[in-house]
Amino acid sequence: MGRNPARLAAAAAFLVTLGACGGNPAPAPQTDVGITSNSILLGTTNALSGPAAAYGTIANAENAYFTYINGQGGVNGRKITFKIYDDAYNPAQTVPLTKQLVEQDQVFATFSGLGTQDQTSVRDYLNSKKVPQLFVATGATTFNKDFSSNPWTLGWQPPYQGESRIYAKDILQNHPNAKIGVLYQNDDYGQDYLKGLTDGLGASASLIVDKESFDVTAASPAAQLAKLKAANADTVFLFATPKPAVQSLVIITALHWTPTIYLNSVSNPQIYMAAAKKNGAALANVTSVSYIKDPTDPQWASDSGMQQYKTIIASCSTCKPDDGFNIYGVAVAYTMVDVLKQAGTNMTRKNAMDIAANRLNETNPFLLPGIKVKTTSSDHFAIMQEQVITWNGTGWTLQGSIIDERGTLK
Amino acid sequence: MQEFLQQLVGGLAIGGIFASLALALVLIYNAMGLVNFAQGEMAMLATFVAYALINRGMSYWIALPVTLVLAFGGGIVIQRVVIRPVEKAPILTLVIITLGLATLLNGLAGFIFGYVPRSFPSAFSAQTIDLLGVFISYRDLGVIGVSGLVLLAVYLLLQHTTVGLTLRAAAHHPEASRLLGVQVSWMLALGWGLAAAVGAVSGIMVAPILLLEPNMMQSIIIYAFAAAVLGGIESPIGAVVGGLIVGVTVNLAGAYLPFVGGDLQLAVGLAIIIVVLIIRPNGLFGRAAARRV
Repeated sequence: MGRNPARLAAAAAFLVTLGACGGNPAPAPQTDVGITSNSILLGTTNALSGPAAAYGTIANAENAYFTYINGQGGVNGRKITFKIYDDAYNPAQTVPLTKQLVEQDQVFATFSGLGTQDQTSVRDYLNSKKVPQLFVATGATTFNKDFSSNPWTLGWQPPYQGESRIYAKDILQNHPNAKIGVLYQNDDYGQDYLKGLTDGLGASASLIVDKESFDVTAASPAAQLAKLKAANADTVFLFATPKPAVQSLVIITALHWTPTIYLNSVSNPQIYMAAAKKNGAALANVTSVSYIKDPTDPQWASDSGMQQYKTIIASCSTCKPDDGFNIYGVAVAYTMVDVLKQAGTNMTRKNAMDIAANRLNETNPFLLPGIKVKTTSSDHFAIMQEQVITWNGTGWTLQGSIIDERGTLK
Repeated sequence: MQEFLQQLVGGLAIGGIFASLALALVLIYNAMGLVNFAQGEMAMLATFVAYALINRGMSYWIALPVTLVLAFGGGIVIQRVVIRPVEKAPILTLVIITLGLATLLNGLAGFIFGYVPRSFPSAFSAQTIDLLGVFISYRDLGVIGVSGLVLLAVYLLLQHTTVGLTLRAAAHHPEASRLLGVQVSWMLALGWGLAAAVGAVSGIMVAPILLLEPNMMQSIIIYAFAAAVLGGIESPIGAVVGGLIVGVTVNLAGAYLPFVGGDLQLAVGLAIIIVVLIIRPNGLFGRAAARRV
């Protein structure tokens, strides 16, 4: 492509004239890497294969939402392009793929990268490059808590500590004499949950009569559950990823044990409950929390947000509409588009981070009514409300009202 | 005391799972004199085959033998296609090939079936038996019982049939066997087929307990190695006894040794392998290898 000196000269003359006129036009629209007059480039890494590939559909659901927005004309005339790379849930792959997104593809921001370890492995890199690492798909508390030292990184979903604080509140209100046994995964994930529970119980932390850890590579947590039963716990917390959580639900029944069970939200999707039931779990007295509308819950059948979701997800041929991960993807993509819309003509990375960290105040149609996606200059945890749910044999039933933990995590 | 008994019974239950896979490892060792690191993944893939058959409406009791036959055939195909070209290569080459095979089969299963843990039907009820307050499920007993039956079958095959004798001869004295007219290469293939079928039994028995997903066997293969090494890598009975001992040891260590807890159970399994190899390399039931010099 040859340069056209005449045109350049004309442009220069125009600029000089503009300057000389000394007028006061609207502030020049600002852009940044990954933004053109008609496009916005975002990128992600997700587990399309590997041990956590069940999550991979999230990226496709997000893409379905961006496609839907593009179909309506995009964000202020700009269409969103979304690059999805498969890191197989392996941090060793997340690093080069993220570098590829930043340096080769030149994305405006990474969005909804999956996994605690994976996203931790690129946090320093993205912060040193000042590339937004927005709304990582993990509940690890650090991603919002440590915003001051990592000002280009933010999570979105309720942090694990926030979730277990809600359980603590439920215990104190409804089971003040509980004898609690905790089964937790011996990694950052399990310990994050355990810390939230202990902190949330505060002076009543002595209600915990026993806690047992297990390794995620272990064949079965049967030994630990037998210990918790022997410690006479009448309430058991399962801070475990889906496979050991399902095994635990089965083993508890096999031990002829009938405690009240608190199941972390990571493992509460319907498919896992169904697997536990098929393998003989009684599933009596199982409690969890939710912040998102469950596509399988008949009460949302005529809800406008749910209908919108069904329309959006229909454009993704591989996405199962009933899969809770898909509505998660659509909901978090909604917030991303909200940030981009608010950025308006000032489409810089810095401004996008500023909005995401300090100025969100959104009613997201895919979240439970009453839940706000909100950040302020002193609180960067976007979602800090959840509602207790109990298993009714075939699905989850919402209980009571929304519990707000805003402000408890600093 | 009751808790101790529960931990003991739990150890036997998990030990039965280790034993069932260890049996397949022992069988392949008998057939070709090396450990097959892909054994667990082959068992997992066979279980997925059974899952696919059952999901298409085939009854469990028909899917079971069909899967065993397919696994047997699959084992032979793998030996013919992957192992045979390098049959005479150094043992390290073979070991690395089985490692590669494990990765390949794992990825293949993930590609076809995905990674969501699935429930798998069991021949045994999910109910439990109450032994004075100590509980064991019919499924756990089933795993131990079926391992016992497989053990018996393997023992009879290896020790009391001509095929078994030829199999062992081909593995340990290939040149002499060849001189006697044994088709050594096909005997090795037969060994792979049998080991694959035994592995399939293991996978189908443990899948209801471990949940079926591509990484199902990875959590137990190390313990199965420990069981096989402890029992004496050539001894089928050693594999079963070793499996039960490893299961009980790991469970009790996890429950009563505070520094082990739930975190270091795998380390206990590895420690068993190392200690046995140092103190008694032939295991509990293995014969010392004597070599005339």
